[in-house]
Amino acid sequence: MYRDLLLVAPELFLTLASLVLLLWAAWGGDKAAKAISWVAVACLAAAAFLIPAETGADAVAFAGLVTSDLFAGFSRVLIYGAAAVALLAAAGWFGRAGDYKAEYPVLVIFSAIGMGLMVTASDLLTLYVGLEMQSLSAYVLASFQRSDARSAEAGLKYFVLGALASGLLLYGISLLYGFTGSTMFGDIATALGSPAEEGIEMGRLFGIVFVLAGLAFKVSAVPFHMWTPDVYEGAPTPVTAFFASAPKVAAMALLVRVAVEAMGPVADAWQQIIIFMALASTILGGVAAIGQRNIKRLLAYSSINNVGFALVGLAAGGQAGASSVLFYMTVYIVMTLGSFLVVLRMRDADGEPVESIASLSGLSRTRPGLAAAMAVFMLSLAGIPPLFGFWPKFVVFEAAVRADLVWLAAVAIATSVISAFYYIKIVKIMYFDESAPAFIKEREPIGAALILAAALAVSPLGYLAIPYLTPLTDAAAASLF
Amino acid sequence: MIGLGHFLAVGAILFVLGVFGIFLNRKNVIVILMAIELILLAVNINLVAFSVFLGDMTGQAFAMFVLTVAAAEAAIGLAILVIYFRNRGTIAVDDINQMKG
Repeated sequence: MYRDLLLVAPELFLTLASLVLLLWAAWGGDKAAKAISWVAVACLAAAAFLIPAETGADAVAFAGLVTSDLFAGFSRVLIYGAAAVALLAAAGWFGRAGDYKAEYPVLVIFSAIGMGLMVTASDLLTLYVGLEMQSLSAYVLASFQRSDARSAEAGLKYFVLGALASGLLLYGISLLYGFTGSTMFGDIATALGSPAEEGIEMGRLFGIVFVLAGLAFKVSAVPFHMWTPDVYEGAPTPVTAFFASAPKVAAMALLVRVAVEAMGPVADAWQQIIIFMALASTILGGVAAIGQRNIKRLLAYSSINNVGFALVGLAAGGQAGASSVLFYMTVYIVMTLGSFLVVLRMRDADGEPVESIASLSGLSRTRPGLAAAMAVFMLSLAGIPPLFGFWPKFVVFEAAVRADLVWLAAVAIATSVISAFYYIKIVKIMYFDESAPAFIKEREPIGAALILAAALAVSPLGYLAIPYLTPLTDAAAASLF
Repeated sequence: MIGLGHFLAVGAILFVLGVFGIFLNRKNVIVILMAIELILLAVNINLVAFSVFLGDMTGQAFAMFVLTVAAAEAAIGLAILVIYFRNRGTIAVDDINQMKG
């Protein structure tokens, strides 16, 4: 029992910490918001050190409900890191408007606990509870600016479509449970691997399709992406930055684990679905972003596009595929958080946030440093070789080619060229267009340091990290098989 | 004799009704919340029916979790609806169109 508790130590610690912080928020009021944010960041860092590094049967806790292996450990490090960055960015952004509330860091931690449960889940019940914990906090975060009509609308849309996705997922779970006789991933895989009557096979297939549809919604893969642009645009920018990073990693890791551990024996069935979603996501994410005028909407389509590339890695299957997905998500969250950190600095002379792409015109003359950082993130998201964003795409495509999916890799490369158009267009707007009114200059050392760190990480210097990162993702992926 | 198939049919009908309730309803967001409840209850019927016919308790335990989460979800949904109404003064589905593109 004690060993079981050690395996979920990060979640236990964060649960206790968030409850204490909630009490502090209740008594301290919004004056304490800044201090609570800092303590929350410290708690996330402390939780990262509590992540156990067990493998194999040692990693299984609570009679199979939870598997805290290296895969879960790696994903949790990414999740806590992204959540901490999103928190640090939020305090500066909300603070100016005076609407920063003490509940914000607590909700982010609640969400991080849910995400930790998602990536450690090895039972459909844990999966569901983790997913809901993450989603329910996310709905509140999306509508956090209570007096802003767009934020409220984003929260409402996210809630309705998110609840529908949970419903689809649950219906799939009930069918899988009924037609395999268990909710444990391992037992489901065993049952799926053994032949059954036609009716039961049919029920299992329906279960698989519904579960994948529910999870596709959470990673915002086409055709379940329709909420993404609206929610990303309407939610407060720091919340959007959070949505684009940590929950994406958690949902993607969950999708990989479900596909490999629970549905491994019927890979033919889910592989087709994943290939379709990968194709549709890369194509739609590449094409639909072109006409956007709002930078947050554009980044939403960019995230759909990137999820498509990660799904190419999952479609490749096997250990190499899972490893490439993890690698992709690692670099992706750095690029996307970097871009959003720049968007957070976009404020007009009165300090009001601006979101139009046109307002970036001539940024290279008014704010050369900010423009250079944004150019690095955009070119890196486009996957242009000297920058680090090229390497995860290369790893994913390599896995696809090794798995005889050359055509899938070829189509994905073609869409990556299409999406390069809008990334490069932003660089062109910043460097060659007439100057728009300059953004307000403010001293914000934390934001600047985070932008610098992210820009350095995706610059060619990032290649130095490959010898350290690749063995980690390989070991994490190996713990799934 | 009522068999597993009958329960699954009821569950499937309720589920489809819930999904259609979300997409075809153009009037009121409260109706969407009711449709979501319908979906979750359809799932519960499935879970409990499977649990009984498999002779396995997991499904019933799962149903309790679903009920609990459904309560939390309804609370959060109504709270978001309240702040939305305060901002816009309406909860008609057709009016939720500030963001497009």
